[in-house]
Amino acid sequence: MTLILAVTMLDALTRAQARFYASHHFAEVFADITRAPLSLVGRLQRLPGVNLIEARVGGPVRLTVSDFTDPVRGQLVSIPDGRQPTLNRLHLLAGQLPMAGREDQVVASDAFAAAHGLVPGDHVEAIIDGRRTRLTLSGIALSPEFLYQAGPTDLVPDYRRYAILWMNQTSLADAYGMEGAFNQLSLTLQAGADREGVIDALDVALARYGGTGARTRHDQPSHRFLEEELDQQRAQATILPTVFLLVSVFLLHVVMTRLIGTQRRQIALLKAFGYRDSELARHYAGLALLIVLLGWALGVGLGAWSARWMAGLYAEYFRFPEMRFPIPLWALGLSLLLAGLSALAGAGRAVWQAVSAPPAEAMRPPAPRRFRRTWLERSPLRHALGSEGRIVLRHLGRQPAKTALSVTGIALSAGLLMMGAWQIEALDRMLDRQYREILRMDIELTFNNPTPQRALGELRHLPGVLVVEPWRRVPATLIHGHRQYRTALLGLEAIPRLRPIVDAAGTARPLPAEGLVLTRYLGEWLGVEVGDLLEVAIMEGHRRHASLPVAALVDEPVGVGAYLRRERLNRLMREGPAIGGAWLLIDADHREALITALDELPAVASIGVMDEAERGVRRYLDETLQVFALVFVSLAGSIAFGVIYNNARISFAERARELATLLVLGYTRAEVSRILLGEIALLGALAILPGWAFGAGFCALLSEGFSSDLFRIPLLFTPRIFGLSALGVILASGLVGLLMLRRLWRLDQVAVLKAPE
Amino acid sequence: MENDRDVVLATRGLTRHYRMGEVTIQALRGVDLELHRSELIVMLGASGSGKSTLLNILGGLDRASSGTVHYGDSDLTHASQRQLTTYRRHHVGFVFQFYNLIASLTARENVAMVTDISRDPLTPEAALSRVGLEGRLDHFPSQLSGGEQQRVAIARAIAKRPSLLLCDEPTGALDSHTGIRVLEVIETLNRESDTTMAIITHNAVIGEMADRVIHLRDGRVEGITVPTRRRRASELQW
Ligand SMILES: Nc1ncnc2c1ncn2[C@@H]1O[C@H](COP(=O)(O)OP(=O)(O)O)[C@@H](O)[C@H]1O
Ligand SMILES: [Mg+2]
Repeated sequence: MTLILAVTMLDALTRAQARFYASHHFAEVFADITRAPLSLVGRLQRLPGVNLIEARVGGPVRLTVSDFTDPVRGQLVSIPDGRQPTLNRLHLLAGQLPMAGREDQVVASDAFAAAHGLVPGDHVEAIIDGRRTRLTLSGIALSPEFLYQAGPTDLVPDYRRYAILWMNQTSLADAYGMEGAFNQLSLTLQAGADREGVIDALDVALARYGGTGARTRHDQPSHRFLEEELDQQRAQATILPTVFLLVSVFLLHVVMTRLIGTQRRQIALLKAFGYRDSELARHYAGLALLIVLLGWALGVGLGAWSARWMAGLYAEYFRFPEMRFPIPLWALGLSLLLAGLSALAGAGRAVWQAVSAPPAEAMRPPAPRRFRRTWLERSPLRHALGSEGRIVLRHLGRQPAKTALSVTGIALSAGLLMMGAWQIEALDRMLDRQYREILRMDIELTFNNPTPQRALGELRHLPGVLVVEPWRRVPATLIHGHRQYRTALLGLEAIPRLRPIVDAAGTARPLPAEGLVLTRYLGEWLGVEVGDLLEVAIMEGHRRHASLPVAALVDEPVGVGAYLRRERLNRLMREGPAIGGAWLLIDADHREALITALDELPAVASIGVMDEAERGVRRYLDETLQVFALVFVSLAGSIAFGVIYNNARISFAERARELATLLVLGYTRAEVSRILLGEIALLGALAILPGWAFGAGFCALLSEGFSSDLFRIPLLFTPRIFGLSALGVILASGLVGLLMLRRLWRLDQVAVLKAPE
Repeated sequence: MENDRDVVLATRGLTRHYRMGEVTIQALRGVDLELHRSELIVMLGASGSGKSTLLNILGGLDRASSGTVHYGDSDLTHASQRQLTTYRRHHVGFVFQFYNLIASLTARENVAMVTDISRDPLTPEAALSRVGLEGRLDHFPSQLSGGEQQRVAIARAIAKRPSLLLCDEPTGALDSHTGIRVLEVIETLNRESDTTMAIITHNAVIGEMADRVIHLRDGRVEGITVPTRRRRASELQW
C-alpha cells in the first residue's frame, strides 16, 4: 500500500509537471542582467545551440491589497504587448491578457488571486521602482515558471503575501526606465545542443551588461523546489516500501510456519493417500498467494485513495492546471510481484519443511516438549516469580527460536513506529532550530540596490524597531575542483545576533575575520575541508573571481549557505560599507505601524515577516510530510497489533488445555489471565529495546534519503520518539490482552478437558 | 441407614439437557443421590449414559438444568461462578482420563499450583510420596510414564485435602497393569483419609473394589449395589 501511495503520488506529480512544461513551452535556460539593448537578442539568437529566445523586463514590486494590512511582495514580468509570450506561456484561467496599449492592466497569478478573492476587473496598488500605481486585473493565470511561488526569502509559498503579475512589455519597460532594453532572458535549446557551451557563450556575451550568470532549470526556483519534492517522494517510494516489505515477508513467514505447523497431520495424511510433495507445495503456495492477493487488493485500494487525498494537499502548493491519478500500471505490477515473491519467500521454507517430512514422521505428534528451568529462575528473582511466572518463562524458553521470531516481529513494528514518530518529531525540531536559533529576526528587509550603511540610522528611528542588523548578499558560484554550486555569499556582522552562526552545541560563534563559513552539507558536497581554498565566482557587478579559505563548517538544518564578514564581502566587491538589506527585531505592539512605515520607504524592495514564513513552513509540512508520517504511524501500529495478536492467539490455542486445567483446579479466571497477559507483556517488553535499535536504523536510512540542500532532517532521538514507539507496543499489547481476556472468559473448561491431548 | 451428618453431597431430581440447535439431548433425567463421608463409590455405566455430566455437576464444573445439589449445608444449585470456583478450590479434587498436567512444570511444581492456593494443604512432597513418587519430584511430565503422570494428577488432586475426589475414567488411558497400580493408590488414600471418592468407569470389574456401585443408564440411576465382598484393587483383573 505504501508503495502504491508513494508511487502514484510521484507519478501524478511528474506527469503533471512534464505535461505542463511541454504545452506551455517552459524555457530551459534563464539569465538575468542589469540592462541590455533589445538589439542584442538578435545576436544571441545566432549562438550555436539556441532554439527559441525571448527577452523581457522583470523586477520586484510591492503591493497593497485593500483589506489586507501586511506587506505583499511580488514580481512583475513583462509579456509582449497584448500577446502570449513564446516561452513560458500563460495558462489563463479567467479573463484575458492585457490589451495592447493599456498601461494599467495586469494578469495575476492564480494562487494570489484566489488567496485574496480577486477576480478580473479588481484593482491592486503597486509600488514600482518607488512610484505608486493603480493596477487593474485583466486576467488570472498559471505559468510553468511559477508552479511553486515562494518569495526570495521564503521556504514555502505564502500566496497571500506573494504575487506574480504579468504586464505589457512597453508599460513595464517604461515603469522601470528600460525602454528599448531588457533585463531577463529565457531560451530553449536545439535538440542535442551542448547546454554548458550555450551557457558559457551567454555568460561571455552578457558579462558586460551585468549578467549574473545563466541558469539551467536546475537553478530555477520553482522547478528546483518541485524537483526536490519529487526527490523526497522518490526516497519515500523506495525506502518505506522496502522496509515494509521486509517486515511483511518476515511476518508472513511466521504466520505460515505456525499455520502449517498445526496442519502437519493433515499433510501427512494426504501424503499417505498418495499426494505428491509438489501437489501439496502448490496447495500451500496457493494459500500464501491468496492471502497476499487479498492484502494486495486492499493495499491498492487504500493506496490509491490516500494518494489522491495527499496529492490534493500538494496541489495547493504546486499549481498545476490539471492533475490526474492513474495508478501507474508498472507500480501495480511491481507491487504485486514483490508481494507475491515475499509471500513465497515467507511461506516457502515452512511449506518445504512440512512437505519434506516422511508421512510416518509427520503423523506422529511433534517431538515431546522438553522444558528446562530458565536462567532467570536460578537468579534471586525466582521468589518473586510465582507459578504463573514460571509457566510463562518456561513456555517461552522452550522454543527460543520461536520466541526470538515473535520478539523480532514486534521489534520490527516498534521500529517502524519509531521511524514515524521520528519523522514528526525531528521535523519539528528542525524548524525550531531554524526559526528559534538561527533566524532570530522578526522582519527581513531587502533593498532595491546596495545602500550605504547610514540607512540603518533611519531604520532605527522607525516606530517599534528594537534592533537593526545589516546584511549584504551577493550571488556567487562556489567552485572546488569540478564541483560547483550556485548560491549567494551572505555578508554578516562580526558577531551576528539576529542570524547567528550556531555550532553543534547551540552556541553562537563569531565569524572569522577572513575566510568563509559553509553549511556542512554544502562543504561536503563540494568536497572541501576546513583550511581548503575555495574558488568564488561573483555573479554581480564586475564578475570577479576570488579564492577564499574555508574557515569553518556549521550544521544548519535548512538550506545551504556561505557566510563571511560583511566588510570582507564589501572589500571583495571593491565597494564601501554597503548593505543589501537589514534584519529587524521589533516590538510586537507596533507591528502594524512599523509595516505601514516601511511600506512608505521607496528603497525597500521587499518586507519579509518571519513568523508568517514560519507558520507557512509548518503548515506546509503538517499537510504533506506529516500526513504521510501519520499514515505511516497508523500502519506501523496496525502491524504491531497484528504481530502481537497473532502471537497471542496461537499461544492461547497451544495452552487452552492448561488454562482450563487451572480453572478446574479452582483458579479464578482473573488468576489464570495472569499467565496470558504475562506472556504478552513479557514479549512486548523484550521487543522494546531491539525495537529501538531497528528504529534508529530505519531513521538513519530515511534521514540519509531525505538529505538535500533544501533541508536535512536531523538524526536526533528524543525521549518522546522512544516513548511513542514503546507506547505503540504497549497499546497494541494492551488491546491484544483485552481480546485474549475475552477469549478466556468464553473458554469452556469442560469441553477442552474432554478432548484427548 | 446412615446418619444425615455423614452425607457430604446430595442431589434431588437432577436433570441436565444440552440444546444443540433443534435437538435437545437429555443427558440426565432426574438423578437422586447421596454421597457419604469417606466412602469409595464407583459409578458404572455405558458410554453416553451421563456419568461425566453428573460428575461435572457434582464437582461444580457445570450446572444442572433443574433439580438441586447440596454440599453439606450449602446449595450449589444457585451458586455463582465465583462461589463454584471457591468450592472447587477448597473442597473438590479432580482426576481426568487425560492427566492434564502443566507440561512446563515439574511434578512438584504441578502439585504446588494447588497447594499455593488452598487453606490447609499437604506439602507437595508429602502429596507426591503418598502416591509413591517421592523419587520423581523434579521430573517434567514428558519424563514420566502415563501411570506416573496419572499419579501426579492424583497427588495434585489430594494435596488440598479435599472432601471429595472425583475421578473420571482415571484408568481409561492406561494398560491394565498400570491402571491397577493407580487404583491401588486411590484405595490406599481412601483408607487413610476421610475423603469421599467417586470413580467413573465403564469397566464393571472396578466396581468390585467399591463400597457402593451406582449404575447409570440413559441419564438415570438404574440401581445401587453393595458388593458382597469388597476386594483389594490388587486383586482386580481385566
Ligand atoms: N457439551 C455437550 N453438548 C452436547 N451434548 C453433550 C455434551 N456433553 C455430553 N453430551 C451428551 O450427553 C450425553 C451424556 O454424555 P456424558 O455425560 O459425557 O456420558 P458418559 O460420560 O457416560 O460417556 C451423551 O449423549 C453426550 O453426547
Ligand atoms: Mg465420560
